[in-house]
Amino acid sequence: MTKTISDTFERFGGVFLLPVILGLVAFLLIGRPSTWVTLTVAGLAMGMMIFLMASGLSLIFGLMDVLNFGHSAFVSFGAFIAASVLASLGVWVTGGSAAMNILALMAAIAAATAFGALAGWAFERIIVKPVYKDHLRQILITMGALIVAEEIILMVWGGSPLPVPRPAVLTGSFVFGNISIEVYRVFAFLLGLAVYIAMHFALNRTRVGLLIRAGVENREMVEALGFRIDRLFIAVFMAGSALAAMGGAMWAGYQGLITPAIGSEMMILVFIVVIIGGLGSIEGSLLGAILVGLMANYVAFLFPKMSLASNMILMMAILLWRPYGLKPAVKG
Amino acid sequence: MSLLVNTSRRVPVGRLVVYGVVLVVGLCLMFAPFLFPDVRAQEVAARICVFIVLVASYDLLIGYTGIVSFAHTMFFGLGAYGTAIALRTMGPGFDAILLGGSLGVLAALVLAVLIGLLSLRVKAIFFAMITLAAASVMMVLASQLSEFTGGEDGMTYTIPRFFSPANTLVEDADGKALRIFGVALNGRLALYYFVFLSSLFLFLAMLRIVASPLGTVLEAIRENEMRAEAIGYRVVSYRTAIFCIAAVIAALAGILRAVWLRYTGPDVTLSFDIMLDVLLMVVIGGMGTMMGAVIGVVIMTLAQFYLKDLMEAGASATADMPLLPDMLNPDRWLLWLGIVFILLVYFFPAGIAGTLMGKGGHK
Repeated sequence: MTKTISDTFERFGGVFLLPVILGLVAFLLIGRPSTWVTLTVAGLAMGMMIFLMASGLSLIFGLMDVLNFGHSAFVSFGAFIAASVLASLGVWVTGGSAAMNILALMAAIAAATAFGALAGWAFERIIVKPVYKDHLRQILITMGALIVAEEIILMVWGGSPLPVPRPAVLTGSFVFGNISIEVYRVFAFLLGLAVYIAMHFALNRTRVGLLIRAGVENREMVEALGFRIDRLFIAVFMAGSALAAMGGAMWAGYQGLITPAIGSEMMILVFIVVIIGGLGSIEGSLLGAILVGLMANYVAFLFPKMSLASNMILMMAILLWRPYGLKPAVKG
Repeated sequence: MSLLVNTSRRVPVGRLVVYGVVLVVGLCLMFAPFLFPDVRAQEVAARICVFIVLVASYDLLIGYTGIVSFAHTMFFGLGAYGTAIALRTMGPGFDAILLGGSLGVLAALVLAVLIGLLSLRVKAIFFAMITLAAASVMMVLASQLSEFTGGEDGMTYTIPRFFSPANTLVEDADGKALRIFGVALNGRLALYYFVFLSSLFLFLAMLRIVASPLGTVLEAIRENEMRAEAIGYRVVSYRTAIFCIAAVIAALAGILRAVWLRYTGPDVTLSFDIMLDVLLMVVIGGMGTMMGAVIGVVIMTLAQFYLKDLMEAGASATADMPLLPDMLNPDRWLLWLGIVFILLVYFFPAGIAGTLMGKGGHK
């Protein structure tokens, strides 16, 4: 009996059904379709932004067995750089034509992403490289780097909350009957989806992607076949950091007001996503991020005080069911 | 074995230095009320006592067993909050401390068993992330359940009258507190010695644990988990056991902190800053040595209390130069600490005590 159920479950998409089930349960609990649609869109948008931050961390761990506790520093830097760029562009952001708005936004996101890639390169060379294969020292040293990075942010931007101007074209919302959907959320969702599709394509259809997947599976074997996996790793580290910065930039626009704690606040969710999804797989990260995003929004509406605890409980439950996460690429 | 050979062939100077320093620290703490009578120094001394216990219990995990947990302040906070809530609702009394403290310790134990059994079988890195998530949830809970915990503001309460400065332990002819070397024998003194002796007892208990067969097994697990398992030790049980022991000791330290401060809030017990402090103290002092915990705590605490004054002076002296005053701003002291921390992990992974004593905490 149980076997039949689990077989049917697997045939209809396996663990990828979980967000759908979550959505249905929430629909029954909430009762009002318009509220449900708003919450679901918010959850998906939030999930996609978290996915940007989490996928890099997951890949970095999967490929080189390095867990970067300093990952959240890239999120913070991305947020603050995007905010500064948007603020300095002034009228390009607040007024003018839609094209100018889009250009300004692209400039902000590009600046954040480029900084993330550069900082990722420096971080990998200076901080992480000397402590490969030593988990304890990795955790300690990336933690130390996180402290330094947060202090630098405090030094440069100060401790008070910074307002983030949102491009005029992305303000307001689409209205269908009594359902209204914020434009920014749709944009965040589409951007996240585009990044996911690009990553999926790069990992599954290109030679570099093949090497990365092979490296995740068995690093020594790839090295033995003569590939310079350390170079590959720098590339992945830079890409992961850049994605984190991009996620931070998006999140800054979503929040509208950012503080230096933005990175560490998001980091908890990012860790939960990576654990739920399973280390080293972007499908897992996407699934985990969407689950966490939906859960956070539904629960914040239904039981406001349980919001963060609910994700923790979700993580515990999933770990009891699948100790290595839902879609792990790395075993053990 | 190599240890024995080492000690017999040459005089272990570094080891003697470390023990000497720890002894001096111990003596200073023992006579702190008489040596440093001003109020601020007493705060520092009591903080050092409590943190030695907290840091040493964390060292049991990170240094001796190789478990990286970020939930240690959560247990510390449970002890402190248990005591604080009981003192506030039941009024000042030893029964409140006893009941609230035991409930806090019990909660810490239950949580430690749950986390341990659930997740100590996974990789170190997973465990670190899970404890980080658990600790942050506890922090959010503490600030949201404000009717019990006082939220972000925390709560103040009164402690038993026996510990108040108005209480005289020994009366002189005039009916005032008797003075020895100019120090009044009042309740404040009794409170300090309550904190000091409890800390001393807990520290000695930890020294005993480390020297016991359990301690040896833990080090075996740290050095080679597979081999320890192959010899026949149940690694998960041992890990869970030491995780619970450390959690209980941290909760006990939390009780001491709550009683001494007469205030409990997220900033002094639960916050992530305290966790970072503990981590820095362990690494600076030296992982895998109980003595290192003492040295790390003393250095960090003195730096926290007195280095800021120094940086203030530096900032005002360099006020005309660009960037430097910003970097020397007393609020930026964590920046320097972070840099020192990174350098320490690179060059002296064994910490001060570990390097001096010539045995690496970790290879």
